[in-house]
Amino acid sequence: MASGVKPRVKVPKTAAAGDVVTIKSLISHKMESGQRKDKEGNTIPRSIINRFTVEFNGESVLDMTMEPAISTNPYVQFEAKVPEAGEFTFTWYDDDGSVYDTKKAIAIA
Amino acid sequence: MEFSRRDTLAMGLGAAVVTVLPFRVNAAADDQIAAFTGGADMADAGITLTAPEIAENGNTVPISVDAPGATAILVLATGNPTPGVAQFNFGPMAGSQAASTRIRLAGTQDVVAIAQMADGSFAKASTTVKVTIGGCGG
Amino acid sequence: MKFKAMTAIAALVAAPLSAVADPDDDTLVVNEEIEMVTKAAAPDHLSDTLDEVMSGWHFRSDETQSLQMDDFDNPAMVFVDQALEKWEEVEGAAGKSCASCHDDVEESMKGVRAVYPKWNDEKEAVYTMAMQINDCRETGMQAEKWKYTGGNMAAMEALISVQSRGMPVNVAIDGPAEAAWEMGKELYYTRTGQLELSCANCHEDNYGNMIRADHLSQGQINGFPTYRLKNAKINTVHARFKGCVRDTRAETYSPGSDEFVALELYVASRGNGLSVEGPSVRN
Repeated sequence: MASGVKPRVKVPKTAAAGDVVTIKSLISHKMESGQRKDKEGNTIPRSIINRFTVEFNGESVLDMTMEPAISTNPYVQFEAKVPEAGEFTFTWYDDDGSVYDTKKAIAIA
Repeated sequence: MEFSRRDTLAMGLGAAVVTVLPFRVNAAADDQIAAFTGGADMADAGITLTAPEIAENGNTVPISVDAPGATAILVLATGNPTPGVAQFNFGPMAGSQAASTRIRLAGTQDVVAIAQMADGSFAKASTTVKVTIGGCGG
Repeated sequence: MKFKAMTAIAALVAAPLSAVADPDDDTLVVNEEIEMVTKAAAPDHLSDTLDEVMSGWHFRSDETQSLQMDDFDNPAMVFVDQALEKWEEVEGAAGKSCASCHDDVEESMKGVRAVYPKWNDEKEAVYTMAMQINDCRETGMQAEKWKYTGGNMAAMEALISVQSRGMPVNVAIDGPAEAAWEMGKELYYTRTGQLELSCANCHEDNYGNMIRADHLSQGQINGFPTYRLKNAKINTVHARFKGCVRDTRAETYSPGSDEFVALELYVASRGNGLSVEGPSVRN
């Protein structure tokens, strides 16, 4: 597992049934592009988050493929429907096989 | 209007870059576009790509894409060593077919976004982002 | 190498002649809640030199500015979260965490960033936050010191700075701190390196001008530590000083050296009256 990887998401705590909510997500990750060289001139191998998925109660909101052109500490903002109370699941997939996830519940107000 | 030697040199370099770039970089981007669209025609309307005209640092450039009714949006940076940036696939719970992220641009270039619509058609938007070179290495 | 030097010199010579890009008049409010003072009357000690002091925020593009206006858009905040975990983490032979002595960071660290660097009676020296943090780690926790400009230190400084956001920078420059402040002032105006540039040449004489494509600020440090888009991490004041001095093509002082501590006190005092912004976002 790459060191110091920490996800962060911002989801409203409540919404009205049927609302569309804005969600922001960020994960601390170097996103080593595979284009850089170290001091000895050797290419530093690529090591990135290559996929980011978001589901609400098991149904897909967003499935994003990331390439090395995504900046360090990948940030993604998008919108989701909230037809009912439930839980968002955010999952990041690392080149090294690690999977990071976090969940956020949302209530109907 | 007067041109200093420095200006002239800079213009010469700029012209050289403009001449060379399309041949060097667009082939890979074109291949990716073809793979995504299967060679289908792309409409000019239906997708919005928002990016700064001038990016203060190419390492972190904020961009947004918005294509109502799209199922997927492909984003390419045509002047990067590899043009792929991201592909957004929107699920049934997406509140809109829009997203924002931050990307790396290796230099001044065109950023391209292509949406695949629910009916199988495609739309394309493109914008030039100028990437400035900082004054100090620090 | 020679060509690069020539280019840099050409840019510097050209800068005062090129179009002046004034700092903007936008207003910085973070989270629609914390109103920042980003322009203030220059402190008394500067009144012969400057009328107004300005945060570096005004010299950045709208896109960069907006990243600092919301704590979720500000990428530094994920490292603040990490530092908060460190705050609670027991380390070292004494079996203590930061919280063992200082409890709730929101209470105990409020206002701290605004008055640092400051005179430490016991040590009889001007202390920066980084020095204080490492003193706590070594003496209090009996843990290993952190690298002065490393990631852990930068994140902890950011966490501490957050507790003072919006408060005016107010470092003391008289009394026992005066000698260090005078030393810092002298360094600020001393030209260094092959390019023979002092801090003042860029940040006092030429702020608002372009140095190549970059918009020169007043070099204020009220926004430090700062997340830079360039290296996508939190940067400490001394790391930035080192970068600047290196760019004059000089051997630099070391982070944590007496010289940089003095310079930090002096530069901080040039921003007395501006709000604490750290962790800010810059290019």
